[in-house]
Amino acid sequence: MQDVVGRSSPTQYLRCGVDAASLPDASNGQGMCDFKPFWFPMLPEYVGLSANRCQGTACSCGICRWKTSTSIRKGVIGWVLLALVFLPAACEPERSASFNVGAAAQTIENKGSDTLVNLALAWAEVYMQAHPDVCISVTGGGTGTGIAAMINGTVSIANASRDMKKEEIAAAEANGIKPVGFVVARDAIAIVVNPSNPLQGLTLQQLSDIYTGRITNWQQVGGENRPIVLLSRESNSGTYVYFLENVIRMGKKESDLLFSPDTLLMPSSEGISTEVRQNPNAVGYDGLGYVTPDQKLLAVAKDLESPYVLPSIQTVNDGSYPIARPLYMYTAGEPTGKVRAYIDWILGGGQALVPKLGFVPLKP
Amino acid sequence: MPTNQGKRGTFARITRALTSLVTLCSGMTPLSEAMTQTDKSGVSRTRWVEFAIEGAIRLLGFSTIGFVLLIFLFLLREGLPIFYEVPLGNLFGTRWYPTFDLFGTLPLILGSILVTVTAIVIALPLGVATAVFVSEIAPHWAREVLKPMIEVLAGIPSVVLGFFGMHFVAPVIRSILGAPTGLTVFAGALILAYMALPTIISVAEDALDTVPKSYRDAGLAMGATQWQTIWKVVVPAARSGILMAVMLGMGRAIGETMAVMMVTGNAARVPLSLDSLFRPARTMTATIAAEMGEVAQGSTHYHALFGIGIILFLLTFLINLTAASAIFHKRRRGGLR
Repeated sequence: MQDVVGRSSPTQYLRCGVDAASLPDASNGQGMCDFKPFWFPMLPEYVGLSANRCQGTACSCGICRWKTSTSIRKGVIGWVLLALVFLPAACEPERSASFNVGAAAQTIENKGSDTLVNLALAWAEVYMQAHPDVCISVTGGGTGTGIAAMINGTVSIANASRDMKKEEIAAAEANGIKPVGFVVARDAIAIVVNPSNPLQGLTLQQLSDIYTGRITNWQQVGGENRPIVLLSRESNSGTYVYFLENVIRMGKKESDLLFSPDTLLMPSSEGISTEVRQNPNAVGYDGLGYVTPDQKLLAVAKDLESPYVLPSIQTVNDGSYPIARPLYMYTAGEPTGKVRAYIDWILGGGQALVPKLGFVPLKP
Repeated sequence: MPTNQGKRGTFARITRALTSLVTLCSGMTPLSEAMTQTDKSGVSRTRWVEFAIEGAIRLLGFSTIGFVLLIFLFLLREGLPIFYEVPLGNLFGTRWYPTFDLFGTLPLILGSILVTVTAIVIALPLGVATAVFVSEIAPHWAREVLKPMIEVLAGIPSVVLGFFGMHFVAPVIRSILGAPTGLTVFAGALILAYMALPTIISVAEDALDTVPKSYRDAGLAMGATQWQTIWKVVVPAARSGILMAVMLGMGRAIGETMAVMMVTGNAARVPLSLDSLFRPARTMTATIAAEMGEVAQGSTHYHALFGIGIILFLLTFLINLTAASAIFHKRRRGGLR
């Protein structure tokens, strides 16, 4: 069934201006799909965790399209093909990427952090309009997923909302890859509460106490007499790890504080915003880019002496807002050719798009 | 016999051809026909067809068991490593922070059990009452309307129910019951009860249906009212069927993922305090679904999730076993069904 998929694909690549003959035969692909349960990458989509935007314009050369058209054209056999083609659907982008990375990198596969996915998509769309010879496909799924794919050589660029972990770097080196990281934008984590909450600001210490369960009532931090309901992203989110390390543990490496077991882990940003909107007891955190106007932002102070600062593009840039982080793109080794050009563009002209998506550009 | 065939001639031959055709189509051998068959090839063909069909059915039957076995083997292969990768004290501890190598499954197991049991406590009286009404009390026309309606309930996708629970049930629970948040065990149990109801009603109603009419007649003849007959005679007679209904409903509830994940709040706390019903909890199914998407294959966390799968499988198996043995026990003692 792989062959059916692979051999028909060159026609698709012609659209991107690639010589079909230069493409390696898909049947000797690198066995990416061997035993990887094909539905794993798709599962988050079903449960609403990730934003897989592969069907968007950024993927105009993606393999997604011909799959259905071929099957339908073939009539009765089409149904059989449909079944066969959709089963390995999750493997397809990786398969195509595996030969794109090596030889002529016409399609730039870009995968990773859900925080970055909207921004990466916007960059891809604008860049492809200016450079019709380049195809960029953007997928979410989470920082861990993106980095794992980069280490396996299935994507050219991994989006990450945190540094690569030591184990990840070790795994990459074991694979003969030296990952190179670029800071492409900055993100601030906003603390959100229900608009009816009269509280204006919190210190990092108070936030830490709230999220570890030492403070359980809004009264203890100068609010109304209400219990505090803690909201968090799921533990596989990059935002979760960042918040834990920089807010709960306040950047102390030796600290072993954890989220209170009473913390509600919401499967999506949408889950957090719904609960914050409805519940006057709730406090949540999320990337500044995902905060909707119906949630109230809290000002945060580094300590009691420091001023309370509301998150905004300006305060993140001048470093006065204490919970901000860099966002990365990782490549396997120093990028060359089209990937290099793309990243250079992101670091230069692409920065103009960053504020439009609620993130913070590198230079004001 | 040969003389018999000679007398019939052409007509017999046509009949025989038709018979074998019918036999082939229906997969059944009309016994009398087979006995009057004298043509040896005809008999053997009938037998052969019968054998093939029987074999196919047997194969299909056994393959179901085979699939279950294979699934269980796969679960074991992926999940067993966790039991020696992580010390048991950690594995059955109270803290589930997989990102920090704390794999305490206790809150998840208790969370699942609490949500399921609460759901059944809510659904059982409602379901049995509805079944009694539909099968014993409702007039014919109402029954004709109610039965298909109940079956439609079973078809509502769980995501839709979860969405409904998140946006309507949870706020109501918070504002009316005064819980800090509406995303609680109770909200999940309500949604699950709603999902288990159609199963419980249909199965319990079937069980009530099979109680012989003579039982009711006898009850009424003894001077019992309709209510007394239902409560003291009909329902106890259908007890094993009702138990089956509850077990099936429970199976539906404990395995449900999507709605539970959206509604219970997913906080991995040990739900042993008195107010646990109105606090969030995290179930095994929701944990697997929420974390499987991004776990590195072959890592400890990955094995832990499959380990939870094993625990869930064993729990469901235990429930079914209890149900089966209860019914079996009753039958052996000369129960009604």
